[in-house]
Amino acid sequence: MASSHGTPPVFNNKVISWIDHRLPIFSYIEKEYHTFPTPRNFNYFWNFGAIATVMLVLMIATGIVLATNYTPHVLMAFDAVERIDRDVPQGWLIRDLHMNGASFFFIAVYIHIFRGMYYGSYKAPRELLWILGVVIFLLMMATAFMGYVLPWGQMSFWGATVITNLFSAIPVVGESIVIWLWGGFAVDNPTLNRFFALHYLLPFIIVAVVALHVVALHVHGSNNPTGIDPKGPQDTVPFHPYYTMKDGFGVMVFLIVFAAFVFFAPDYLGHPDNYIPADPLVTPAHIVPEWYFLPFYAILRAIPDKLGGVLAMFGAIAVLFILPWLDTSRVRSCTFRPIYKWFMMFLVVDVIVLGICGSKPAEGFWVPLSQLATLYYFAHFLVLLPILGKIERPLPLPPSIADAVLKKKAV
Amino acid sequence: MVATGALGAVGAAAVAWPFINNLNPAADTLALSTIEVNVTPIAVGQAVTVKWRGKPVFIRHRTEAEIKEAEAVPMSQLPDPETDNKRVTDTAKKVRPEWLIMIGVCTHLGCVPLGNKAGDPKGEYGGWFCPCHGSSYDTSGRIRKGPAPKNLVVPEYLFTSDALVRIG
Repeated sequence: MASSHGTPPVFNNKVISWIDHRLPIFSYIEKEYHTFPTPRNFNYFWNFGAIATVMLVLMIATGIVLATNYTPHVLMAFDAVERIDRDVPQGWLIRDLHMNGASFFFIAVYIHIFRGMYYGSYKAPRELLWILGVVIFLLMMATAFMGYVLPWGQMSFWGATVITNLFSAIPVVGESIVIWLWGGFAVDNPTLNRFFALHYLLPFIIVAVVALHVVALHVHGSNNPTGIDPKGPQDTVPFHPYYTMKDGFGVMVFLIVFAAFVFFAPDYLGHPDNYIPADPLVTPAHIVPEWYFLPFYAILRAIPDKLGGVLAMFGAIAVLFILPWLDTSRVRSCTFRPIYKWFMMFLVVDVIVLGICGSKPAEGFWVPLSQLATLYYFAHFLVLLPILGKIERPLPLPPSIADAVLKKKAV
Repeated sequence: MVATGALGAVGAAAVAWPFINNLNPAADTLALSTIEVNVTPIAVGQAVTVKWRGKPVFIRHRTEAEIKEAEAVPMSQLPDPETDNKRVTDTAKKVRPEWLIMIGVCTHLGCVPLGNKAGDPKGEYGGWFCPCHGSSYDTSGRIRKGPAPKNLVVPEYLFTSDALVRIG
């Protein structure tokens, strides 16, 4: 079946042949996941798209099972989740997979985003591919936020209150929008109901956008660590078995770490306050979002003005949409960008610093530190990136992927 | 063409509206909008929290010192200038400076400020302190420091007698 790219495959099985003649799904799989020519030089960073896909499937599977035992009502939600943990057969396992799965989905996606940024995968002709990725990221954030509300603990309730109140910063119509979001005058039963409905819906929209992301990916194929395009068959290998195996291996290693958390520290990434039932009259002393939102939360708090803080927080994600046009360098990969490479690493440090700031109370030296880190975050995208492309002198690019790979081997 | 397009847009908006409006508060939610509270058990210097429309409402029986302090603040020091007098007037225009009634929701991002219970931190200005992002309110519930843009909201209320107050 090793048909070359371009000629339609011939199937020996008559049933497959019959179906494929009418609905060419087997030809599609053959073309896009078997013979698909893929750069031969992927490193392990290229595993995280597949890992994120596996996590998405896992989240949907566990989520559907959890929904069969969950009740979206303010008087019953907390107890329903406790019942899943204690009484429902294997309920604890399904819930811990779902709860930690959210964190590990974000870990995979953050590494995937870093990969895209470090190796310049967002540059022409992959701008739309990148933008679809940012859309997926936004949808994930909305889904994760609403999912966190469902157990109806203290952090659920107050997280929902703080985040929905962000919209009250909008001039004139803000208050009406917040009441519309709540379906009442505070976060209450109507809010919980609609969040459950949307939390169940959004993952399927994510699946649809992931499908578009993959379609866009397969137009020009994957980027690679050198950032240069494949020039011929010597630069590529078929997707299967080379990358099905490599992705499979990466997925297994990732799942081992994931399983360690699920079985040995299921609440390590969560917050103990969420095991206290929601109380609309008492705010916990220290509200923090889940770890994957901390950098953005720090940006929100860094600005001493309500509307300004909200705009900065949304701006931190909005700036990613225009990243392909902010980067003026023609070289994709940081491997050949001697200056930008270090600024890129510094951005990672900056985001981690923001995350730490977001987890601390907004007082003392954390305030100026988060302000400084916020400033750098925006300066990276809006100042450094456009200027560096003009003044940086990139290292000489290898003539081809094959050259780069074989030279490395020879050393 | 333009007319057809315009009519189509009107039609689409007319269909979309019920779906959007469907998410607004329902009649039963709106019906819960009035409560009545007996304030006689609240001693001078004490405060209670009652629930109204799913939100906490603070009722503080202020001391003479707290009232004086609130009245003495010059407007120029307030981010959201409002006289203390105006904040303790009910819907019948009767001023009762000893009773301060406010929605206990920080105007920043909706946390419940501390300061109602004995032993709570009351912030730098002796009123309320929001632990979420550090906003401080004075003894009139006006914002003095921190990210909150507005004073704590005074709901519509009416003393139907000296003992009973109707909120909403």
